[in-house]
Amino acid sequence: MSLLGDIITIVAVSAGAFFFLAGTVGLLRFPDTLTRLHALTKADNLGLGLVVLGLLPQAASLRDGFKLVSIWLLGLLAGATVSQLIARAARQGESAR
Amino acid sequence: MSIATIFEIVLAAVVLGLGIWTIVVRETYSATVGFVAYGLLVALIWVRLDAIDVALTEAAIGGGLGGVLLLGAAAQLRDSEPAVTDAAGNAVRVCAAILSALTAATLAGAVLVLPDPAPTLAPAAVSNAWATSLANPVTNVLMAFRAMDTMLEKVVLLLAIIGVWSLAPDSAWGGHPGPRHQADPHGVLVFLARLLPPIGIVVGIYVLWTGANHPGGAFQGGAILAAMWLLAIMAGLADTPPVSSRRLRLILVAGPGLFLVVGIAGLLFGSAFLSYPPAQAKPLILAIEVAMILTIAATLGLLLAGAPERRTGQ
Repeated sequence: MSLLGDIITIVAVSAGAFFFLAGTVGLLRFPDTLTRLHALTKADNLGLGLVVLGLLPQAASLRDGFKLVSIWLLGLLAGATVSQLIARAARQGESAR
Repeated sequence: MSIATIFEIVLAAVVLGLGIWTIVVRETYSATVGFVAYGLLVALIWVRLDAIDVALTEAAIGGGLGGVLLLGAAAQLRDSEPAVTDAAGNAVRVCAAILSALTAATLAGAVLVLPDPAPTLAPAAVSNAWATSLANPVTNVLMAFRAMDTMLEKVVLLLAIIGVWSLAPDSAWGGHPGPRHQADPHGVLVFLARLLPPIGIVVGIYVLWTGANHPGGAFQGGAILAAMWLLAIMAGLADTPPVSSRRLRLILVAGPGLFLVVGIAGLLFGSAFLSYPPAQAKPLILAIEVAMILTIAATLGLLLAGAPERRTGQ
Protein backbone atom coordinates (compact mmCIF):
# COMPACT_ATOMS: atom_id res chain seq x y z
CA MET A 1 0.00 0.00 0.00
CA SER A 2 2.70 2.45 1.03
CA LEU A 3 4.87 1.35 -1.91
CA LEU A 4 1.99 2.00 -4.31
CA GLY A 5 1.42 5.37 -2.61
CA ASP A 6 5.09 6.27 -2.98
CA ILE A 7 5.07 5.30 -6.67
CA ILE A 8 1.97 7.48 -7.26
CA THR A 9 3.69 10.33 -5.42
CA ILE A 10 6.92 10.11 -7.41
CA VAL A 11 5.17 9.82 -10.79
CA ALA A 12 2.56 12.54 -10.17
CA VAL A 13 4.91 15.06 -8.53
CA SER A 14 7.49 14.54 -11.31
CA ALA A 15 4.79 15.10 -13.93
CA GLY A 16 3.67 18.20 -12.03
CA ALA A 17 7.23 19.50 -11.89
CA PHE A 18 7.49 18.91 -15.65
CA PHE A 19 4.40 21.06 -16.26
CA PHE A 20 5.82 23.81 -14.05
CA LEU A 21 9.10 23.63 -16.01
CA ALA A 22 7.25 23.72 -19.35
CA GLY A 23 5.04 26.57 -18.14
CA THR A 24 8.08 28.57 -17.04
CA VAL A 25 9.89 27.99 -20.34
CA GLY A 26 6.72 29.09 -22.15
CA LEU A 27 6.43 32.18 -19.95
CA LEU A 28 9.99 33.15 -20.86
CA ARG A 29 9.93 32.20 -24.56
CA PHE A 30 6.43 32.91 -25.90
CA PRO A 31 6.04 36.10 -27.94
CA ASP A 32 3.02 37.94 -26.49
CA THR A 33 0.92 38.33 -23.34
CA LEU A 34 -1.91 35.96 -24.29
CA THR A 35 0.35 33.01 -25.21
CA ARG A 36 2.45 33.62 -22.09
CA LEU A 37 -0.74 33.49 -20.00
CA HIS A 38 -1.64 30.24 -21.74
CA ALA A 39 1.69 28.74 -20.68
CA LEU A 40 1.36 30.05 -17.14
CA THR A 41 -2.12 28.64 -16.56
CA LYS A 42 -0.95 25.18 -17.64
CA ALA A 43 1.63 25.28 -14.85
CA ASP A 44 -1.00 26.48 -12.36
CA ASN A 45 -3.80 24.10 -13.29
CA LEU A 46 -2.10 20.88 -14.32
CA GLY A 47 1.23 21.29 -12.52
CA LEU A 48 -0.30 22.19 -9.16
CA GLY A 49 -3.06 19.59 -9.64
CA LEU A 50 -0.55 16.82 -10.28
CA VAL A 51 1.63 17.89 -7.32
CA VAL A 52 -1.46 17.83 -5.07
CA LEU A 53 -2.51 14.46 -6.48
CA GLY A 54 0.97 13.14 -5.78
CA LEU A 55 0.95 14.43 -2.21
CA LEU A 56 -2.47 12.94 -1.39
CA PRO A 57 -1.11 9.42 -0.59
CA GLN A 58 1.34 11.06 1.85
CA ALA A 59 -1.40 13.04 3.69
CA ALA A 60 -1.57 12.01 7.35
CA SER A 61 -5.35 12.26 7.60
CA LEU A 62 -8.49 12.80 5.54
CA ARG A 63 -8.56 16.40 6.82
CA ASP A 64 -5.07 17.10 5.44
CA GLY A 65 -6.13 15.58 2.12
CA PHE A 66 -9.15 17.90 1.94
CA LYS A 67 -6.91 20.85 2.74
CA LEU A 68 -4.56 19.91 -0.13
CA VAL A 69 -7.44 19.55 -2.59
CA SER A 70 -8.96 22.86 -1.51
CA ILE A 71 -5.57 24.56 -2.04
CA TRP A 72 -5.64 23.26 -5.61
CA LEU A 73 -9.25 24.42 -6.15
CA LEU A 74 -8.45 27.90 -4.77
CA GLY A 75 -5.34 28.02 -6.96
CA LEU A 76 -7.49 27.14 -9.98
CA LEU A 77 -10.02 29.85 -9.12
CA ALA A 78 -7.36 32.50 -8.58
CA GLY A 79 -5.37 31.49 -11.68
CA ALA A 80 -8.40 31.47 -13.95
CA THR A 81 -9.71 34.82 -12.69
CA VAL A 82 -6.39 36.63 -12.73
CA SER A 83 -5.46 35.38 -16.20
CA GLN A 84 -8.87 36.59 -17.50
CA LEU A 85 -8.28 40.01 -15.94
CA ILE A 86 -4.73 40.29 -17.31
CA ALA A 87 -5.88 39.16 -20.77
CA ARG A 88 -8.64 41.80 -20.77
CA ALA A 89 -6.24 44.50 -19.64
CA ALA A 90 -3.76 43.44 -22.35
CA ARG A 91 -6.46 43.56 -25.07
CA GLN A 92 -7.67 46.96 -23.93
CA GLY A 93 -4.08 48.21 -23.90
CA GLU A 94 -3.64 46.97 -27.48
CA SER A 95 -6.85 48.55 -28.79
CA ALA A 96 -5.96 51.83 -27.07
CA ARG A 97 -2.64 51.98 -28.90
CA MET B 1 24.70 16.72 1.09
CA SER B 2 21.01 16.02 1.46
CA ILE B 3 18.43 17.25 -1.01
CA ALA B 4 16.96 19.52 1.67
CA THR B 5 20.32 21.28 2.07
CA ILE B 6 20.61 21.79 -1.70
CA PHE B 7 17.08 23.22 -1.74
CA GLU B 8 17.97 25.61 1.10
CA ILE B 9 21.17 26.79 -0.62
CA VAL B 10 19.29 27.40 -3.89
CA LEU B 11 16.50 29.20 -2.00
CA ALA B 12 18.95 31.45 -0.16
CA ALA B 13 20.80 32.22 -3.41
CA VAL B 14 17.56 33.10 -5.23
CA VAL B 15 16.42 35.35 -2.35
CA LEU B 16 19.80 37.13 -2.34
CA GLY B 17 19.74 37.54 -6.11
CA LEU B 18 16.16 38.81 -6.05
CA GLY B 19 17.04 41.26 -3.27
CA ILE B 20 19.96 42.67 -5.28
CA TRP B 21 17.80 42.83 -8.42
CA THR B 22 15.07 44.71 -6.53
CA ILE B 23 17.62 47.35 -5.53
CA VAL B 24 19.46 47.58 -8.85
CA VAL B 25 16.50 47.61 -11.26
CA ARG B 26 15.61 51.18 -12.29
CA GLU B 27 11.86 50.93 -12.83
CA THR B 28 9.79 51.28 -9.65
CA TYR B 29 7.18 48.85 -10.98
CA SER B 30 9.73 46.08 -11.64
CA ALA B 31 11.30 46.65 -8.23
CA THR B 32 7.86 46.25 -6.64
CA VAL B 33 7.16 42.99 -8.46
CA GLY B 34 10.62 41.78 -7.39
CA PHE B 35 9.82 42.74 -3.81
CA VAL B 36 6.56 40.75 -3.81
CA ALA B 37 8.35 37.64 -5.11
CA TYR B 38 11.08 38.26 -2.51
CA GLY B 39 8.45 38.36 0.26
CA LEU B 40 6.94 35.04 -0.84
CA LEU B 41 10.39 33.37 -1.01
CA VAL B 42 11.34 34.74 2.42
CA ALA B 43 8.10 33.14 3.67
CA LEU B 44 9.43 29.81 2.31
CA ILE B 45 12.66 30.36 4.28
CA TRP B 46 10.61 30.87 7.47
CA VAL B 47 8.82 27.57 6.69
CA ARG B 48 12.21 25.84 6.41
CA LEU B 49 13.11 27.34 9.82
CA ASP B 50 9.89 25.83 11.27
CA ALA B 51 8.55 29.33 11.99
CA ILE B 52 5.16 28.82 10.33
CA ASP B 53 3.56 31.74 12.22
CA VAL B 54 6.17 34.14 10.86
CA ALA B 55 5.90 32.59 7.39
CA LEU B 56 2.13 33.21 7.32
CA THR B 57 2.60 36.82 8.39
CA GLU B 58 5.44 37.39 5.90
CA ALA B 59 3.39 35.96 3.03
CA ALA B 60 0.31 37.99 3.98
CA ILE B 61 2.06 41.30 4.73
CA GLY B 62 5.41 41.22 2.86
CA GLY B 63 4.10 39.46 -0.22
CA GLY B 64 0.40 40.40 -0.21
CA LEU B 65 -0.80 43.62 1.38
CA GLY B 66 2.61 45.32 1.36
CA GLY B 67 2.97 44.43 -2.31
CA VAL B 68 -0.43 45.93 -3.17
CA LEU B 69 0.46 49.08 -1.23
CA LEU B 70 3.76 49.43 -3.12
CA LEU B 71 2.08 48.69 -6.48
CA GLY B 72 -0.37 51.53 -5.82
CA ALA B 73 2.50 53.84 -4.92
CA ALA B 74 4.42 52.79 -8.05
CA ALA B 75 1.37 53.50 -10.22
CA GLN B 76 1.07 57.01 -8.75
CA LEU B 77 4.80 57.64 -9.16
CA ARG B 78 4.86 56.52 -12.79
CA ASP B 79 4.26 59.97 -14.24
CA SER B 80 6.99 61.64 -12.21
CA GLU B 81 9.47 58.76 -12.53
CA PRO B 82 12.15 60.28 -14.84
CA ALA B 83 12.46 63.40 -12.66
CA VAL B 84 12.93 61.28 -9.54
CA THR B 85 15.61 58.97 -10.98
CA ASP B 86 17.73 61.90 -12.20
CA ALA B 87 17.45 63.79 -8.93
CA ALA B 88 19.81 61.66 -6.80
CA GLY B 89 23.27 63.20 -6.97
CA ASN B 90 26.58 61.40 -6.57
CA ALA B 91 27.05 62.63 -3.01
CA VAL B 92 23.69 61.18 -2.00
CA ARG B 93 24.53 57.90 -3.69
CA VAL B 94 27.91 57.64 -1.92
CA CYS B 95 26.30 58.46 1.44
CA ALA B 96 23.58 55.84 0.87
CA ALA B 97 26.20 53.26 -0.14
CA ILE B 98 28.30 53.97 2.98
CA LEU B 99 25.23 53.80 5.22
CA SER B 100 24.13 50.50 3.65
CA ALA B 101 27.63 49.01 3.91
CA LEU B 102 27.90 50.07 7.56
CA THR B 103 24.49 48.55 8.35
CA ALA B 104 25.42 45.30 6.59
CA ALA B 105 28.79 45.17 8.38
CA THR B 106 27.14 45.79 11.78
CA LEU B 107 24.58 43.06 11.13
CA ALA B 108 27.28 40.63 9.96
CA GLY B 109 29.36 41.47 13.04
CA ALA B 110 26.39 40.96 15.34
CA VAL B 111 25.68 37.55 13.79
CA LEU B 112 29.36 36.52 14.08
CA VAL B 113 29.69 37.43 17.78
CA LEU B 114 26.49 35.57 18.76
CA PRO B 115 27.31 33.01 21.47
CA ASP B 116 26.89 29.38 20.50
CA PRO B 117 24.36 28.04 21.49
CA ALA B 118 22.41 31.27 21.13
CA PRO B 119 20.64 32.50 24.28
CA THR B 120 16.97 31.52 24.12
CA LEU B 121 13.82 31.87 26.16
CA ALA B 122 12.05 29.16 24.14
CA PRO B 123 12.27 26.44 26.86
CA ALA B 124 10.87 28.91 29.43
CA ALA B 125 7.99 29.79 27.08
CA VAL B 126 7.19 26.12 26.48
CA SER B 127 7.43 25.08 30.15
CA ASN B 128 5.08 27.88 31.24
CA ALA B 129 2.42 27.08 28.62
CA TRP B 130 0.16 25.62 31.36
CA ALA B 131 -0.54 29.15 32.61
CA THR B 132 -2.70 29.97 29.59
CA SER B 133 -3.81 26.48 28.43
CA LEU B 134 -2.84 27.41 24.85
CA ALA B 135 -0.57 24.96 23.05
CA ASN B 136 0.93 27.32 20.45
CA PRO B 137 4.02 28.87 22.10
CA VAL B 138 4.00 31.81 19.63
CA THR B 139 0.45 32.77 20.65
CA ASN B 140 1.48 32.40 24.30
CA VAL B 141 4.37 34.81 23.82
CA LEU B 142 2.32 37.28 21.77
CA MET B 143 -0.82 37.26 23.89
CA ALA B 144 0.44 36.51 27.41
CA PHE B 145 4.19 36.59 28.10
CA ARG B 146 4.89 39.65 25.93
CA ALA B 147 1.33 40.94 25.61
CA MET B 148 2.52 44.51 26.18
CA ASP B 149 4.44 44.44 22.86
CA THR B 150 1.40 43.16 20.98
CA MET B 151 -0.84 45.82 22.53
CA LEU B 152 1.58 48.60 21.59
CA GLU B 153 1.85 47.13 18.08
CA LYS B 154 -1.92 47.59 17.70
CA VAL B 155 -1.60 51.18 18.92
CA VAL B 156 1.05 51.71 16.22
CA LEU B 157 -1.42 50.40 13.61
CA LEU B 158 -3.94 52.93 14.90
CA LEU B 159 -1.35 55.72 14.61
CA ALA B 160 -0.57 54.60 11.05
CA ILE B 161 -4.21 54.89 10.03
CA ILE B 162 -4.42 58.37 11.61
CA GLY B 163 -1.31 59.30 9.63
CA VAL B 164 -2.88 58.13 6.36
CA TRP B 165 -6.14 59.92 7.09
CA SER B 166 -4.33 63.14 7.92
CA LEU B 167 -3.26 63.34 4.26
CA ALA B 168 -6.89 64.07 3.31
CA PRO B 169 -7.69 67.49 1.86
CA ASP B 170 -10.00 69.58 4.07
CA SER B 171 -12.88 69.27 1.60
CA ALA B 172 -12.84 65.45 1.77
CA TRP B 173 -12.42 65.09 5.54
CA GLY B 174 -15.01 62.70 6.95
CA GLY B 175 -15.61 61.18 3.51
CA HIS B 176 -14.83 57.81 1.92
CA PRO B 177 -11.18 56.69 1.55
CA GLY B 178 -9.95 55.89 -1.96
CA PRO B 179 -11.79 56.01 -5.26
CA ARG B 180 -15.21 54.37 -5.82
CA HIS B 181 -14.40 51.31 -7.91
CA GLN B 182 -16.57 50.35 -10.85
CA ALA B 183 -16.42 46.94 -12.50
CA ASP B 184 -18.46 45.11 -15.12
CA PRO B 185 -21.29 43.57 -13.02
CA HIS B 186 -21.12 40.38 -15.14
CA GLY B 187 -17.30 40.32 -15.29
CA VAL B 188 -14.86 37.87 -13.73
CA LEU B 189 -13.74 40.24 -10.96
CA VAL B 190 -17.29 40.63 -9.64
CA PHE B 191 -17.77 36.86 -9.96
CA LEU B 192 -14.64 36.24 -7.88
CA ALA B 193 -15.68 38.91 -5.36
CA ARG B 194 -18.98 37.08 -4.85
CA LEU B 195 -17.50 33.56 -4.77
CA LEU B 196 -14.32 33.97 -2.72
CA PRO B 197 -15.27 36.03 0.39
CA PRO B 198 -17.49 33.34 1.98
CA ILE B 199 -14.57 30.89 1.72
CA GLY B 200 -12.03 33.53 2.77
CA ILE B 201 -14.03 34.59 5.82
CA VAL B 202 -14.24 30.97 6.99
CA VAL B 203 -10.49 30.51 6.42
CA GLY B 204 -9.72 33.78 8.25
CA ILE B 205 -11.78 32.78 11.30
CA TYR B 206 -10.26 29.27 11.17
CA VAL B 207 -6.74 30.76 11.18
CA LEU B 208 -7.67 32.85 14.24
CA TRP B 209 -9.24 29.90 16.07
CA THR B 210 -6.49 27.39 15.27
CA GLY B 211 -3.90 29.93 16.49
CA ALA B 212 -4.48 28.69 20.05
CA ASN B 213 -2.83 25.35 19.32
CA HIS B 214 -1.33 25.57 15.83
CA PRO B 215 0.35 28.26 13.71
CA GLY B 216 -2.07 31.10 13.06
CA GLY B 217 -3.60 33.96 14.98
CA ALA B 218 -5.36 37.29 14.85
CA PHE B 219 -2.86 39.02 12.57
CA GLN B 220 -2.79 36.33 9.89
CA GLY B 221 -6.56 35.85 10.05
CA GLY B 222 -7.09 39.62 9.99
CA ALA B 223 -4.94 39.92 6.87
CA ILE B 224 -7.12 37.32 5.11
CA LEU B 225 -10.33 39.12 6.15
CA ALA B 226 -8.86 42.43 4.96
CA ALA B 227 -8.04 40.86 1.58
CA MET B 228 -11.65 39.65 1.22
CA TRP B 229 -12.99 43.11 2.12
CA LEU B 230 -10.63 44.77 -0.39
CA LEU B 231 -11.71 42.31 -3.09
CA ALA B 232 -15.35 43.34 -2.59
CA ILE B 233 -14.33 47.02 -2.62
CA MET B 234 -12.24 46.66 -5.80
CA ALA B 235 -15.10 44.86 -7.56
CA GLY B 236 -17.41 47.76 -6.68
CA LEU B 237 -19.67 45.51 -4.55
CA ALA B 238 -18.90 47.46 -1.39
CA ASP B 239 -17.75 50.98 -0.66
CA THR B 240 -15.22 52.04 1.93
CA PRO B 241 -17.03 53.45 4.97
CA PRO B 242 -16.74 57.22 5.56
CA VAL B 243 -14.00 57.93 8.10
CA SER B 244 -16.50 59.91 10.18
CA SER B 245 -18.48 56.69 10.77
CA ARG B 246 -18.73 56.04 14.52
CA ARG B 247 -19.06 52.29 14.00
CA LEU B 248 -15.86 52.19 11.96
CA ARG B 249 -13.96 54.13 14.62
CA LEU B 250 -15.27 51.79 17.32
CA ILE B 251 -13.96 48.80 15.34
CA LEU B 252 -10.59 50.52 14.89
CA VAL B 253 -10.12 51.03 18.63
CA ALA B 254 -11.79 47.75 19.71
CA GLY B 255 -8.58 45.66 19.72
CA PRO B 256 -6.20 47.97 21.57
CA GLY B 257 -9.11 49.26 23.72
CA LEU B 258 -10.11 45.83 25.02
CA PHE B 259 -6.43 44.96 25.48
CA LEU B 260 -5.99 48.09 27.60
CA VAL B 261 -9.14 47.40 29.67
CA VAL B 262 -7.97 43.82 30.39
CA GLY B 263 -4.51 45.14 31.21
CA ILE B 264 -5.79 47.72 33.69
CA ALA B 265 -8.12 45.12 35.23
CA GLY B 266 -5.04 42.95 35.75
CA LEU B 267 -3.36 45.90 37.49
CA LEU B 268 -6.36 46.53 39.77
CA PHE B 269 -7.41 42.96 40.64
CA GLY B 270 -4.33 40.90 39.79
CA SER B 271 -0.61 41.18 40.30
CA ALA B 272 0.46 43.37 37.38
CA PHE B 273 -0.57 45.17 34.20
CA LEU B 274 -1.88 42.61 31.68
CA SER B 275 -1.69 39.72 34.17
CA TYR B 276 -4.50 37.25 33.48
CA PRO B 277 -5.85 34.96 36.20
CA PRO B 278 -4.82 31.49 34.88
CA ALA B 279 -8.37 30.12 35.09
CA GLN B 280 -9.74 32.86 32.81
CA ALA B 281 -6.62 33.25 30.66
CA LYS B 282 -7.94 31.44 27.61
CA PRO B 283 -11.36 33.16 27.40
CA LEU B 284 -9.72 36.55 27.98
CA ILE B 285 -7.08 35.96 25.30
CA LEU B 286 -9.75 34.73 22.90
CA ALA B 287 -11.91 37.81 23.52
CA ILE B 288 -8.93 40.11 22.90
CA GLU B 289 -8.04 38.19 19.73
CA VAL B 290 -11.61 38.45 18.39
CA ALA B 291 -11.59 42.20 18.99
CA MET B 292 -8.11 42.39 17.47
CA ILE B 293 -8.96 40.48 14.28
CA LEU B 294 -11.72 43.03 13.55
CA THR B 295 -9.36 45.92 14.25
CA ILE B 296 -6.55 44.42 12.16
CA ALA B 297 -8.82 43.60 9.21
CA ALA B 298 -10.32 47.11 9.23
CA THR B 299 -6.93 48.79 9.69
CA LEU B 300 -5.12 46.85 6.96
CA GLY B 301 -8.03 47.40 4.54
CA LEU B 302 -8.15 51.13 5.27
CA LEU B 303 -4.36 51.49 5.03
CA LEU B 304 -4.62 50.18 1.46
CA ALA B 305 -7.72 52.24 0.67
CA GLY B 306 -5.75 55.40 1.45
CA ALA B 307 -6.74 58.90 2.52
CA PRO B 308 -10.36 60.13 2.38
CA GLU B 309 -11.05 61.45 -1.12
CA ARG B 310 -14.83 61.79 -1.55
CA ARG B 311 -17.62 63.35 0.43
CA THR B 312 -20.58 61.09 1.21
CA GLY B 313 -22.97 60.97 -1.73
CA GLN B 314 -20.39 61.98 -4.35
